[in-house]
Amino acid sequence: MTAPLTERAARRTGGAEPAVRLDGVSKIYGQGKNGLLALDNISLAVEPGEFVSLLGASGCGKSTLLSLVAGLDRPTAGTLDTGGRKIAMMFQEPALFPWLTVAANVEMALRVQGVGKKERRERATEFLEIVHLGGFGGKRPHELSGGMRQRVSLARALAQEADVLLMDEPFGALDAMTRDLLHDELERIWQKRGLSVLFVTHNVREAVRLGDRVVLLSSRPGKVAEDFPVDIDRPRITDSPEVAELASTITDRLRKEVLRHGR
Amino acid sequence: MAVDQAPPAGQPADVHAAQLAGLDALELGGSTSSGLATRVWGRVWPMLLAIAIVLAIWQAIVWSGRWPEYVFAGPAETFGKLGERLSDPEYWQAIGVTMRRAVTGFAISVLVGLVIGALVSRIKVLRAAFGSLITGLQTMPSIAWFPLAILLFGLTESAITFVVILGAAPSIANGLITGVDYTPPILLRASHVLGFRRLQLYRHVILPASLPSFLAGLKQGWAFAWRSLMAGELVVIIAHQASLGERLYYDRELADSAGLLGTMIVILVIGIGIDLLFETGDNALRRRWGLQQVRN
Repeated sequence: MTAPLTERAARRTGGAEPAVRLDGVSKIYGQGKNGLLALDNISLAVEPGEFVSLLGASGCGKSTLLSLVAGLDRPTAGTLDTGGRKIAMMFQEPALFPWLTVAANVEMALRVQGVGKKERRERATEFLEIVHLGGFGGKRPHELSGGMRQRVSLARALAQEADVLLMDEPFGALDAMTRDLLHDELERIWQKRGLSVLFVTHNVREAVRLGDRVVLLSSRPGKVAEDFPVDIDRPRITDSPEVAELASTITDRLRKEVLRHGR
Repeated sequence: MAVDQAPPAGQPADVHAAQLAGLDALELGGSTSSGLATRVWGRVWPMLLAIAIVLAIWQAIVWSGRWPEYVFAGPAETFGKLGERLSDPEYWQAIGVTMRRAVTGFAISVLVGLVIGALVSRIKVLRAAFGSLITGLQTMPSIAWFPLAILLFGLTESAITFVVILGAAPSIANGLITGVDYTPPILLRASHVLGFRRLQLYRHVILPASLPSFLAGLKQGWAFAWRSLMAGELVVIIAHQASLGERLYYDRELADSAGLLGTMIVILVIGIGIDLLFETGDNALRRRWGLQQVRN
């Protein structure tokens, strides 16, 4: 199941170029004096097959950073290199199309690539089965619960067959139990498909539970404050002492970041 | 404790799937729906009540003697006359002519509205130039167009159709434009990441997303079309072509109060009937999209 840590570490640094590389990336909204520096000189790399948690208080530009990587926005300065890889993204909201059935929503990822109708249908069913929603293809998004919708959204992202998966607080709105289950799901799928994941969250334990590394961003402007490697064997449990210990270390550091902004 | 509830990570996948399935089943719950007869009756009785109240007021005014009965006929006389007319094929022909005009005028309006709406919502320059003009056209009373229409087309059906289109097309175009404008940004972002661009984005995302607003535009467009048509039929009387508006006109000329009120009722019923069609479509859409209002 899980590759031993050393093996994965080797895979991480094994010569291959990073899946995502940001070099001195800055983002300024607006112009001149009124410009707001959202991201300041961010350098960050996600290796192929690596799971990086991006953590920060509000206003640190986490979402801005993902938007840049996803190509939804352009950096003001610096370079961003994804080596022409395909990129999928999940949002905090499921962002499903309400006029389509669950299966048709997943099919949208294939439709845009010009996949034929029959093949589209078959592959959509496969991806729904991966997230354990095989029997729900004919439902409408509003008939599902929040957690199920987010799984459909994950299935749709997987259907893009991308190498890089960006996740913008995808489980933020879910209850704890559903979230725990989805963490296990995500970990399983990530390992099986060898995805590179950049996972944004403000939940420290979630970041530690999932990430190979936790990158802490400072706020206003967003800068890389610290990079914590997570050397805890997988599969991990959110409430285990190891996770809790590292989480509290990171929380202390995060608290310092927040205090800098107090008056 | 959370530790007890949360499954330890790395459990066999089937246990995992079973837990997810359990949560899913719990969250979906059941749905109840009352029988068809109950629902139909629930909608019909308030309407019947409203009709009864209107009839009572009408009869009360007639009895008050404010107007002589040959000027303001009572319900009994009116419905008697209406029944008589409805058994006359010529009256049905008049209804037919009016409906044909309404349907062609509305159909052309939909086409025109779609094309204008699509162009204006997509092209920035056109938006700046015509956006407010379209809204302005909506406020223009359609009857004010008739002098020009008659100058241009004479006393013909084209004059009527022209005004019907001017009345309805702006609403339909506006509905589409609003729908495009209010496409949820999150859907646009998601579509962009999925790889949808330009025409594909428009066809598969923006147009379907603007459907509810477009439907509202259609409904409003129909109301404007129907009003313009009635105004037109009163103003533009074409020889040998009976229509509902023309009937109204001659009933007034001949001081046939019962006939006039009867035709007004027909016009009202057709308008309400078609409005109900739009509402049914709107409700079906809302149900599919999960936008349904909570009903008691």
